[in-house]
Amino acid sequence: MDVGDLESDLKGLVGDILEEARRQGATAAEVSVGDDEGLTVLVRQRDIETVEFSQDRGFGITVHVGARKGTATTSDSRPDAVRATVRAALGIARHTEEDECNGLADPERMARHLPDLDLHHPWSADADALRDLALETEAAALDYDDRIVNSEGAEVSTQRSCRVYGNTHGFVGAVTGTRHGVHCAVVASEDSGMERDHWYSMTRDPADLEDHAGVGREAARRALARLGAKPIRTGKWPVLFSPRMAAGLIGHLMGAISGGALYRRASYLTDSLGKRIAAKAVTLSEHPHLPKALGSAGFDGDGVATGSKAFVRNGRLERYVLGSYSARRLGLETTGNAGGVFNLRLETDTVCPAALMREMGTGLVVTELMGQGVDIVSGHYSRAAAGIWIEGGEPAYPVEKVTIASTLDDMFHGIVAAGDDVDRRGNIHTGSILVRSMTVAN
Amino acid sequence: MTQLVETAKRDLWEAGEIGEQDVSRLIGRLMHRQVDAGELFFQQRRLESWTLEDGIVKDGAFSVDRGAGVRAVSGEKTGFAYADDIVLPALGKAADAARTIARTGGDGSIQAYRRRDVTPRYSDIDPLASFPDRDKVALLGRADAFARGLDPCVKQVTARLAASFETNLVVGSDGTFAGDVRPLVRFDVAVIVERDGRRERGFAGGGGRHDFSWILSDGADEETRKYAREAVRQALVNLDAVDAPAGSMPVVLAPGWAGVLLHEAVGHGLEGDFNRKGTSAYAGRMGEKVASDLCTVVDDATMDGRRGSLNLDDEGTAGQRTVLIENGVLKGYMQDKLNARLMKMAPTGNGRRESYACLPMPRMTNTLLLAGGSDPEEIIASVGDGVYAVSFGGGQVDITSGRFVFSATEAYRIENGRIATPIRGMSLVGSGPEVMTRVSMVGNDLALDQGIGTCGKEGQTVPVGVGQPTVKIDEITVGGTA
Repeated sequence: MDVGDLESDLKGLVGDILEEARRQGATAAEVSVGDDEGLTVLVRQRDIETVEFSQDRGFGITVHVGARKGTATTSDSRPDAVRATVRAALGIARHTEEDECNGLADPERMARHLPDLDLHHPWSADADALRDLALETEAAALDYDDRIVNSEGAEVSTQRSCRVYGNTHGFVGAVTGTRHGVHCAVVASEDSGMERDHWYSMTRDPADLEDHAGVGREAARRALARLGAKPIRTGKWPVLFSPRMAAGLIGHLMGAISGGALYRRASYLTDSLGKRIAAKAVTLSEHPHLPKALGSAGFDGDGVATGSKAFVRNGRLERYVLGSYSARRLGLETTGNAGGVFNLRLETDTVCPAALMREMGTGLVVTELMGQGVDIVSGHYSRAAAGIWIEGGEPAYPVEKVTIASTLDDMFHGIVAAGDDVDRRGNIHTGSILVRSMTVAN
Repeated sequence: MTQLVETAKRDLWEAGEIGEQDVSRLIGRLMHRQVDAGELFFQQRRLESWTLEDGIVKDGAFSVDRGAGVRAVSGEKTGFAYADDIVLPALGKAADAARTIARTGGDGSIQAYRRRDVTPRYSDIDPLASFPDRDKVALLGRADAFARGLDPCVKQVTARLAASFETNLVVGSDGTFAGDVRPLVRFDVAVIVERDGRRERGFAGGGGRHDFSWILSDGADEETRKYAREAVRQALVNLDAVDAPAGSMPVVLAPGWAGVLLHEAVGHGLEGDFNRKGTSAYAGRMGEKVASDLCTVVDDATMDGRRGSLNLDDEGTAGQRTVLIENGVLKGYMQDKLNARLMKMAPTGNGRRESYACLPMPRMTNTLLLAGGSDPEEIIASVGDGVYAVSFGGGQVDITSGRFVFSATEAYRIENGRIATPIRGMSLVGSGPEVMTRVSMVGNDLALDQGIGTCGKEGQTVPVGVGQPTVKIDEITVGGTA
C-alpha cells in the first residue's frame, strides 16, 4: 500500500476509535495505532537459517473520565473489537481513582506543523536479495582469519513502521519510517578459549548502510581482539567508554532526569534542577528534527510539538525530561518528551580516540558491559566489563571478566574528555567518553 | 488434557469459523513445497494489570492479543510468518510466505494427528475473571497503607497486580494436535525509603500459575503483607549498607531466588540451540565433569502451579523434568523439536516462544540446583572473609565464553564466620564453567523463588522459575568500590 493511503487509512481508524470512546462516555481520549511490516533473513555457516516475515497492526486507547483513566490495547481493529476495547478501557477507568494530573496535554501545546523528517526509504530487495547480502556479510567475517571458527550468523532486515496518534483535542499525526539493518556475530578461538563479538549497521535509508562485507570484517576483528585476555591489577583506574558504551552511560543519566523517576523520588538527581550534575565539559541536547535520524519525531507521545533543546549545559541541569503527566506532577511544563528523548547529542570539544588513550596513560577501554548493576535511585554503578588494557597510552592486551564500579554522580563529574568517534546508530549520539577514575576489579 | 484441546479449539477457531479440515488444508498448503515439517501455533492472550502509586490506583490496563504463527522447516532452515487475526485468508497468506524457505529435500509427509493425555500442572481457571475488579483495587490500597505504616522512612510505594490468561493450540505435520490453557498472576511491591538525604529501594513480589484466590481469598491479607514487609525490610537494610568490597573472595548464596545466578551461569549454556551450533562453553561436553560433585541441576516444568511450569511447551511437547547435571557430570541439554532433531536427541518440552509472532527456541522452565547435605549455618561459619548474597536484581551471560554477571540487591559481608554489615553496589562476575567447579558446600535447605522471574533471550521474554539451597562458591570476583 502507498504510504499516503496507509496513513489516511490509519487516521480514519483513529477517528473512528475516538468517536466510539466519546459515544461510550469518555470525556477525553487518545489513541495510538501502529502498522508495521518487515522481513528478516538470517544465514549461518554459509547457508540460510531463517526467513521471518512480520506484519502487525494494533492500537492502544487511553480514555479519560474526568480525572480518572483507563488503558486498553489489542491487535484486532475490526469494529466489534474496537467497541469491546473501548468498553474495556472505560471499565478500567471506573475502578481507578481520581488524579488531577491526568488528562491530555494542553491543547495549545499540540504540534501544529509536522516537519518532513525524510524517514521513509523502502528497500526493494526481496528475501533472496537479503539472503545474498547476508551470505556475503558472514563470508567476509569467516574468511577474515583462520581463528574465526564459528558463527552465530549474519542477519539482514528491513522494516517499515507507521504510527498514527490522535486525541480528542483534534490533533492527529502520523510518522512513517523505515529501518534497515545488517548484523553479524562470530566466534574466534585459540588455546585460551572462545570469544564472541558482533557488529552492525542500522539506518533509515538502505543506501546509507555501512558496506555489508565491512560489517562482517569488523565483527571478526572485534572477536579476534578479545582472544588472549589477561588479568589486571584491582585498583582505581581511568576508564574510557567506547561510543556504544558511552551512549549507555548517558542513557542512565537521562533515566535519572526523567519525570517518572523524579516524581517518584526514585532518582539520585531528585531536586537537582539548576545544579551542577556533571563536569563542565558536558552539554547534552536533543535534536528531534534531524533528517533520516533513527530518533526523529515531529511530536511526542502526547501529541506535543518536539524541538531542539539542552537538558544539561556546561554540567548544569537545565531541564528535566518531561511528558505532560510527569510535568504536572512536578508543577512544571512538559518538555515534549512523553516517551523519551529524540536524538540526544553530547556537545563538547572532541579529540581522536588515540589522544584519549594517551591522556589516560594506564587504564581500561571498555568495549562491552554486562548486567543491570546501575541503580538510578542511589546512583550506584557496578557492572561487568570487557575491553582493552592501556599502558603508556597504547593498547596492551585484552581484558575480560572485570567489574567497574563507582557512582553515577562521581562518573559524570569525572568526565575528562570525549572522542570524535561519534556513533549515530542509536538515539544517543556520542563518541568515546573518558572518566577520570573508577574501581576496576578482577 | 483432551478437554483442553476442545477449549482451545473453541476459543481460537470459532470466531473465524475455522474447522479441523481447514487447518489440515493449511498444513497441506504449507507442505506443498516438500518441507520437512509444518506447524501452526494459534494463541490468544488476555492481560490485565493494576498499578497503585502515591496511595491511589491511578492506572489500569487491559489487552487482548490473538494470532497464529506459521512455520515451515526444511533441514536447518526455517521459514516463519504470522497473522494477527485468526481467519483463513490471513492464515493462507502466512503459510505461503513461510513455505518459501523450502526449495528441495523433505518428504512432505503429514502424520495422522495424535492426541495424548498429559497430567495438568495447573488449573484452567481465568484469573482475570476470578475476582471483581473492585476487590483487586481495594487490595492494592490496603497493601499501600500497610507498607507505609511499617516505617516512617517509607516515602513511596508502588504496588502492582497483574494477570494473564493464555489459550494456545499447536497443530503440526508430525501429528501434533495439542492445546494448553495457562493462567499466570503476580503481585509486587516496590518502596523507596529516605533517611538523612540517602535514598534506597526495596522490592518483593510473588506469583504463579493460578488465580487471585492466592492473595484475595484470605481476609487477613497475609500474603500481600508478607511482600510489603519484605520490600520495606530490604530497603531499610540498604539504608545501612556500606560500599561493597572489590576483588576475588568466597561468596555464599542464600537459598531461593539467588538460584537466578545458576540460571545464567549454567542454564543458558545448556540450551540445545547454542550446543547444536557449537557456540556454548558446554558444547560437546556431554558426559564430562562440568561442575563439582555436589551439583545436581534439573529443569522441571512439572511442578504444580509454578511460574515456569508447562503442561505442554509451545510446540505441543509435554513438559518434563530433565536432569542437566548429575553429581557434577553433564547429562542433558534442554531441547525444542528443531534442535533435538538436528542433534539426534529427544525434545525435552523446552520449546517456548514469547507469542505467536516469535519463533520457538529452547528455553528454561523451573531450573533448580538440588539440595546437598550441609547445614546452612555451618556454610556461613566456614567463611573467614567473604560475601553473603541474598537477593539479585538481574543478570546476564555470554554463552560463548561462559562469563556471567549479577547485581545484588541485598548482600552482606561475612567476617569470621558471621554475617556482618550490609553492602551495596555489588556485582558478581564469573565464568559459569569455572564457578560450578568451585562450589564447595551445598545446603540442605532447597527453596524455590517467589514466582516473579522473567527470562530474556534474543528479544523474547518468558516466565521462569529458579531455586537452590544455600551454596558456597570458593572464589568469585566481587565488583564493589571499597
